[in-house]
Amino acid sequence: MNPRDSIIRNMDKPLVGLYLLLMAMGWANIYSAAYDPDHANLFDTAREYGAQSIWICVSLLLGAGILLVHGEFFRNLAYPIYAFVLVLLVLVLLVGREVNGAKAWFGVGGFGIQPAEFSKFATALALSKYLSGLKTLQEVRSRVIAAMLILLPVALILLQPDTGTALVSGAFVLVLYREGLSGNILLIAIMAAILVVLSLIMKESTHAIPFTGWEMHGQYFLIFLLGVFCLLIFLFVRKFVFKHRRKRIYAYLLFAFLGSAAFISSVDRLVDRMPLHQQTRIRVLLGLEYDPRGYGYNVEQSKTAIGSGGLLGKGYKQGTFTKYKYVPMQSTDFIFCTVGEEWGFVGSTVLVLLFGALILRCIQVSERQRSRFTRIYAYCVASIFFLHLMINVGMAIGLAPVIGIPLPFFSYGGSSLIGFTVLLAILVRLDAERLEHLR
Amino acid sequence: MNNLDERKFVLIAAVLFVCAVFILRLFWLQVVDTGWAARAADISERKVTVFPSRGLIYDRHGELLVANTPVYDIMVVPREVKDLDTLGLSTLLNVPLDQVRERLHKAREYSQWKPSEFERQITAEQYAAISVHLYKYPGFYGQSRTLRAYPPHVAAHMLGYLSEVSARKVEQDPYYKPGDVIGVGGLESYYEKELRGKRGVKYVVVDVHNNVQGRFKGGQYDTLAHEGKNLYTGIDLKMQELGERLMRNKKGSIVALDPRTGEVLALVSSPTYDPSLLVGRVRNTNYRTLQQDSLVPLFDRALQAQYPPGSIFKLVQAAIALDEGVINLNTSFACNKSLVGCHAHPDARNVEEAVQMSCNPYFYHVFKREIEQGKDPNRFKDAALGMATWKTYMESFGLGHPPALDLPAAKGGSIPGVDYYNRMYGPLQWAFSTIYSLSIGQGEVLVVPTQMANLAAIFANRGYYYDPHVVRAIGSPDSLNKHVQRHETMVDDKWFPPIVEGMRRVVNEPGGTARRARIPGITVCGKTGTAQNPHGKDHAVFIAFAPMEDPKIAIAVYVENSGFGGTWAAPIASLCMEQYLTDSISRPELLKEMEDANLIATEKNYVKFVSKRRRQ
Repeated sequence: MNPRDSIIRNMDKPLVGLYLLLMAMGWANIYSAAYDPDHANLFDTAREYGAQSIWICVSLLLGAGILLVHGEFFRNLAYPIYAFVLVLLVLVLLVGREVNGAKAWFGVGGFGIQPAEFSKFATALALSKYLSGLKTLQEVRSRVIAAMLILLPVALILLQPDTGTALVSGAFVLVLYREGLSGNILLIAIMAAILVVLSLIMKESTHAIPFTGWEMHGQYFLIFLLGVFCLLIFLFVRKFVFKHRRKRIYAYLLFAFLGSAAFISSVDRLVDRMPLHQQTRIRVLLGLEYDPRGYGYNVEQSKTAIGSGGLLGKGYKQGTFTKYKYVPMQSTDFIFCTVGEEWGFVGSTVLVLLFGALILRCIQVSERQRSRFTRIYAYCVASIFFLHLMINVGMAIGLAPVIGIPLPFFSYGGSSLIGFTVLLAILVRLDAERLEHLR
Repeated sequence: MNNLDERKFVLIAAVLFVCAVFILRLFWLQVVDTGWAARAADISERKVTVFPSRGLIYDRHGELLVANTPVYDIMVVPREVKDLDTLGLSTLLNVPLDQVRERLHKAREYSQWKPSEFERQITAEQYAAISVHLYKYPGFYGQSRTLRAYPPHVAAHMLGYLSEVSARKVEQDPYYKPGDVIGVGGLESYYEKELRGKRGVKYVVVDVHNNVQGRFKGGQYDTLAHEGKNLYTGIDLKMQELGERLMRNKKGSIVALDPRTGEVLALVSSPTYDPSLLVGRVRNTNYRTLQQDSLVPLFDRALQAQYPPGSIFKLVQAAIALDEGVINLNTSFACNKSLVGCHAHPDARNVEEAVQMSCNPYFYHVFKREIEQGKDPNRFKDAALGMATWKTYMESFGLGHPPALDLPAAKGGSIPGVDYYNRMYGPLQWAFSTIYSLSIGQGEVLVVPTQMANLAAIFANRGYYYDPHVVRAIGSPDSLNKHVQRHETMVDDKWFPPIVEGMRRVVNEPGGTARRARIPGITVCGKTGTAQNPHGKDHAVFIAFAPMEDPKIAIAVYVENSGFGGTWAAPIASLCMEQYLTDSISRPELLKEMEDANLIATEKNYVKFVSKRRRQ
C-alpha cells in the first residue's frame, strides 16, 4: 500500500489532537457540572455525563468510520446529504417532539436527535461543492444560489423555532467573503450593527441640540448627528477633492445618509415588534436595563459563577455555584461557567486559546489545499467553530446576547457532538487526501 | 485570485481579536473585579447559627427542677404556598380564618422567599397530630425549638425565667442578638453564662432552591456550639414541695440550709406561682396578671423581704454579751415587765433559761450592758462606743449586709449603727433608752429570711457559717462550687453550747416556747420570734436546726401576720426538717392542720385564681 494512502499517517495530527483534547475536557466538565455522588458511574445514563459518555463513543466510532471513507464520496454526495438533512428538517417539523417550545427533536428511545445540528456539515458540504464549481462569485445568479443554499435550512430551523442554530449560518458569510464576496457587504453589515446599537441606546432619552433650546427624541437626534457628519464630509470633499470625483462622492453621501435615516427609523419599529423577551435581552445586553432577576438573570448568574472562579478556580468538582444549579442550562448552553468557576482565569484562557488554535489550524489547513472543495469546506468548519465560540463564550461572559447555541465538545448533547465530530472528521479525511492530487 | 488570498489575514485577525477580547474580559471578571466572588458567596453560602441547648437544673438527689421541652413553630415561605386551603389550615392549626389570611399577608410583606413564623410554640403532642397533615399545605413546615419546662412546678422565684433579650442588653453585650432569650431573675439570671453555653456557627452551601447542600469547605470555618452547663443545686425537691404546700394561703417564706456546707436545701416564698406560667407565648399575659396581684406573688420574700427578727435576735444578743463579758452563764435578771412587756414565766436564772423562756426584760438588761459598758463617763458617748462594737459583732453573724448568695437581688436587711442614729437623732442625742427595743429584735433592725436561716446555721455550727449558696456544682455533679467561704463570728466558740442548750429547751422542755416543733426521735433546737409590725397581726418567726448533736439542717420559717411564732412557724419548720431528715412525715394531723390553715383571710381565693391560669 502506498504510504501516501495511509490515513493514520496523512491525517492532520494537531487537528485530531485538539479534537480529542477538547472532547476529553468537555466530558470532564460535564461530569463535574452534573456530578451526583449517587450515580458516580461514568456510564450511568440517568446522569448527563453517563449519556455523554455514550455519545462520545458513538462520535469516536463515527469519526473513525468517516476517516476510512474516501473524500470523493462526500464530494459526490454533498447534495444528496444536503437534501437528506433538509428532509429531516421538514420531518421534524411534522413529527418532531417539542422541547422548550421548539419542535427540534426526533425521539429515539430515551435519546433525542436534533437534525438542525447536522445541517451545519450538510450546508458546509453543499456550499463547498457549489462554490468550488464556480470561477467567480461576481454573478448575481451564483450569489443567489449560494444564498439559497445557506438560507433554506435556516428558514426550516427558524420554523422550529431555534433562533440560535439558525444564526450559526451567519458563519457562511465569512466563507463567502473569503471566496470573493465584496468586503463592502461585511462593512455595511458592521455599520448597520453599530447604527442599531446606537439608535437603541439613544432612543432611551431626549437630547438637546447644542446652542439651541431644542430637545429632540434620541432617534431623530441620531439622524441629526449623521446629517451634521455628512455635511462636514461634504464641505471637506468640496474643498479638497478633485472636481470630477466630487459628484460620485456626493451621490454616495446622499445615499448613505438617506439609507441610514430610513434604517434607524425602521429599527425602532422592528424592535418594537420583537417578542418582549428578546427585546429585554437586547436591552440588558446594551446595559439599558438592569434586571438581574428577570431576563438578565442567566447572564448575571453566569458572570457570577465565572467571576467567582478567580485566578486559579475553585478546583475540580468544587464549583459550588454551578453545581447547585444557580446557573440555568449549566450543562448545555452555559457549560462555560463550570470551566470558569472550577478552573479560573487560567483554565478559561487555556480553553479560549485551544479553540483559537483549532480555528486557526482549520484556516491553516484550508490555505494549504489545492482542491477548492476542501479549502472552502475547511473555511466552513473554521467559521462554524468561530461563531460558536464567539457567541457561546461571549454570552457566558456578558459580551453577546443570550442565544442558545452549544459550545462545541463541551455542551451536553449527542446531536451537537456528533455534528461537530462529523464536520471535523470530514475535514481531516479531505485534508489527508490533499497529496493524492500530486499523483 | 491573489487578492482574495489576502483575505485569510482578515479572518485570522478576527479570530485573534475575539480571543484577545475574551481573555481580557475574563481577566477583568475573574481577577480584577472581586465583586463576583463576593456575589457568589453571598448567594450560595449561609451562616447558620447553632443554638446550644440550655443547661438543666437538678435538685440534690438528681431530680429535675428545670428541663427543656421541644415546641414547634409553624413557618411559612410565601412563595412556596400553592393552592392554599385556608379553611383546612385554619381548623388544623386552630387559628381563626381571618387570622390565617392576615398572617399570610404579613409574611408576604416581610419576604416572599424567607420563612416567617406563622404560628408559635405548638406543643410536641399537638404537633404530632398536626405534622401528618402538613404535607397538604406546601410552603408550611414545622421548626422545632426548646422551651423551659418545670416538671415539679416549684421554686419559681429561685429558678427565675427566660425572656426575650431587651434592646438595651443587645446593645451592651455583643453576644446577644435580637430575639435571643436571656435568663431573668433567680438562677436563670445569675448563672446565665453557664446555662446558655456558647453558640456555634456553621457555614453551609445552599442550592438555588435554598436547600442546604453541604458544608462550606468541609466545615473548616465552623465553630462548635458548646452546650449549656447543668446546674446541680442543693435543693431537696421533696422538702421544697412540702414547704410550698405548707405555705399555701400564707404569706412568708421558708429558708433551709445545710449548716455543714451552706447549701440551700429549700427556698420558699409565698405566695408563689407556677414557674410554667412564665414560659412561651403565655408569658406576657401571665406576667401582667401576676404583677397586678395585690399579694405581689412575684416578690421573693425569702431574699427580699426585710422583717424585724423578733426574739430570735436574742440568741445573738446573748452570744455577744457573753463574749464581751458583760454577763456570764449564770447571770440572772428578774422578769420586770415594767421595762418591756413579757409573758408569764418564772424568772430566768441563767442564759439557758433566758433563751428557753425568751424573757424580754432579761435581754433588755443584756443589751443595756452591751451598750453601756462604762468606757466613757458621758452616757451618750458610752452608748456610741458600745453601739459601734455591737454592730461589728452583729455583722460577723452575716447580718446587715446581703448574703453572698448565688441569686440576684438578695437584700441585706439593716443593722443600725452609730451613724444611723446620729443621722436620726443627731450626735450625742441618743442613748440606750432611745434604742432599747433592739434588744428583743424590734425597732430599726431588719433581717432577711435567708439571714435568719444563716443564724440557725451559725448556732448549729457553734460559731461559724458558710456562704449560703443554691448551686453546689456546675457542669458535673462532683465539681463543687469553689467560691464558698467559711466565716467565723467574732464570738468565741465556747459561748455557743450554752445558748444551743437554751435552744434545745425552747423545743424540748416544759416552759419552752416551741414545743410544737418537736420531732419524734430527733433533738430539735430552735428559737421562736414574734415580730410586731404596722401591717396588722404579729409576724411569726421560728429558726431551728436538727439534730442537736450533728446538725444537718438549719431552717428559718417566717409567716406574716400569723401571731405567735410557736403556733405557726415552729410546726412548719418541724415538718420540713422531719421530711428532710427522715424522708417521711410521722404527724399527718399536724401536716393537715398546717396545710389547711388559711392566714390570708381576705385573699383566700388567690391560689384558685392562679391555678386557673396555670396551663396557658
